[in-house]
Amino acid sequence: MAQELLILTIAAIVLVTFVALSAIFFIWLERKVAGRIQDRLGPTRAGGKFGWLQTIADGIKLLAKEDIIPANADQFLFRLGPYLAFTGSFLAYLALPFSRDVVALQMNIALFFMLAVMATEVFGVILAGYGSGSKWALFGGMREAAQVVSYEVPMAICVLIPVLVAGTLNLNVISQQQAGLFWNWYVFHDPFTFVAFWTYFTCATASCKRAPFDLAEAESELVAGFHTEYSGLRWSFFFMAEYGSMFAVSGIATTLFLGGWHTGLIPAAVSDWLYDNVWLVYVLLSVVVFIAKCWILVFVMMWVRWTLPRLRIDQVMTTCLKYLLPIACFLLLGASLLPLAWYSVFPGWVKLPFRNPPAYPAAPK
Amino acid sequence: MSISEILFWIVGLSTALCAIMVVVTQHIVRCAIWLLFTLAGTAGLFFLLGLDFLGATQLFVYVGGTLVLVIFGVMLTATGPFIQLRAGAGEWAIAIIVGVVLYGLIAASWLFADWSKLRETALPDDPKRLYHTEQLGRALLGDTSVQPEAPLANVPAKVPAGSASPSAKSVAAKRSASAYLLPFEIVSVHLLVVLVGAAYLARPRRRRPATAEISPAR
Repeated sequence: MAQELLILTIAAIVLVTFVALSAIFFIWLERKVAGRIQDRLGPTRAGGKFGWLQTIADGIKLLAKEDIIPANADQFLFRLGPYLAFTGSFLAYLALPFSRDVVALQMNIALFFMLAVMATEVFGVILAGYGSGSKWALFGGMREAAQVVSYEVPMAICVLIPVLVAGTLNLNVISQQQAGLFWNWYVFHDPFTFVAFWTYFTCATASCKRAPFDLAEAESELVAGFHTEYSGLRWSFFFMAEYGSMFAVSGIATTLFLGGWHTGLIPAAVSDWLYDNVWLVYVLLSVVVFIAKCWILVFVMMWVRWTLPRLRIDQVMTTCLKYLLPIACFLLLGASLLPLAWYSVFPGWVKLPFRNPPAYPAAPK
Repeated sequence: MSISEILFWIVGLSTALCAIMVVVTQHIVRCAIWLLFTLAGTAGLFFLLGLDFLGATQLFVYVGGTLVLVIFGVMLTATGPFIQLRAGAGEWAIAIIVGVVLYGLIAASWLFADWSKLRETALPDDPKRLYHTEQLGRALLGDTSVQPEAPLANVPAKVPAGSASPSAKSVAAKRSASAYLLPFEIVSVHLLVVLVGAAYLARPRRRRPATAEISPAR
């Protein structure tokens, strides 16, 4: 039992460290990207030429800040908010596979689990908004909760489309099915999954409350939205949660659409040989490739944030309910009917079940 | 004591504590939050039983859906006199009686159940993946070849072809042919009707323009 406990503790520590270090990197990256897009340099003083230690400096400042809780605040709920947000964001990493054997908990319903726990993140925001005892926070919290909850619907429908193609919710299997060269990736599988990738990315950006959907933190309209009254370390928990969610949804997008941990430039036979013979090289390569793909997607989210203007809350809801939801439903319909159409026109082309890799056990008879 | 046992005690006790706090707390929004933790604890218990899908569904539907709705409703209407929950003595009496009766029922069923039979049918590792969610999905669509073989409660055993009497065969055929797809569709249509009804009830009503609102010309 001690051994189990040790393994669990090590896995938990590795995951939390990864999330925290990612957040530190992303905060620095955000400031640099913001600077460059705004035609300036960003942080250049803390820690040498590129401001590497800027986030550490920010962290030290936040730790040393006075912990102010408004007198009107509901003491219990105010304190609870950041932890709920962070827990919801962090739990998703339990089921996210970084490589073929590098996953905390290999679940058959990994994708469903990730969506379910990321849905609980909204409570942190609601509590922060309500518990702050200020009207800016309450407005921001309510708007943000409405936004996140509404965008879960098209997000789940878009996620269903590659799941239809793959035939499984198991993220390991979905990644393995995209082994080989990059035209095996599901984003290139058929036009519906291609459009689904962009639709999913939009919904994911909205569900992370990133610009252009960041009314919740609207710095020019609501002071700071739901985290107006938070200062110091409590505020940084919200941002760890936000960057954690960004990486998690990018991880889902990478796994479902962009081939997971596969480079896309190595044929499947070569990567299988690497896996069987030099496992460590395979694992290192695939973890690096996966993290790089996720970082690219997070960079795209940051790029969009500093480029596009913010949408009003009614525009946000209109985009979700009047545009993205019908698009997602239409894509789902098309993706379901397309194999049927192909099968009736070209019976030889479509093999059922689709492309299960040999290691995946077939359904019992 | 294995890890799962320790985890079960932790999760179970905290769920029970949160459930008690739901009843005990005086502030209605905090009551909803304790309910959140209770439901999340229940999801944790499902995960501890190895039922990943059920646990994730609990999180999705109850915590991410129902409870968000409850919190919204509570927060937006909890103003002034409605924040403090104060029940009268009669309500306390009824609640205590119902609670004790329910507790007695659960305790009695726990005490008088035959747990040894359950251990025989406990789910070991499952090479044929009979208890997988894939089988659940197939059963939903009416695939009759996937009924689990162990004698779990209320699951009709597979009738081997050609060996049963005609009446038993027809009964078994009726049971296994009743896929769960139709009830599932009916429930979905019910939900749609509820949604449409709620949207109709909550529609904004057009106010009749008052004649005194016309501003005088400059």
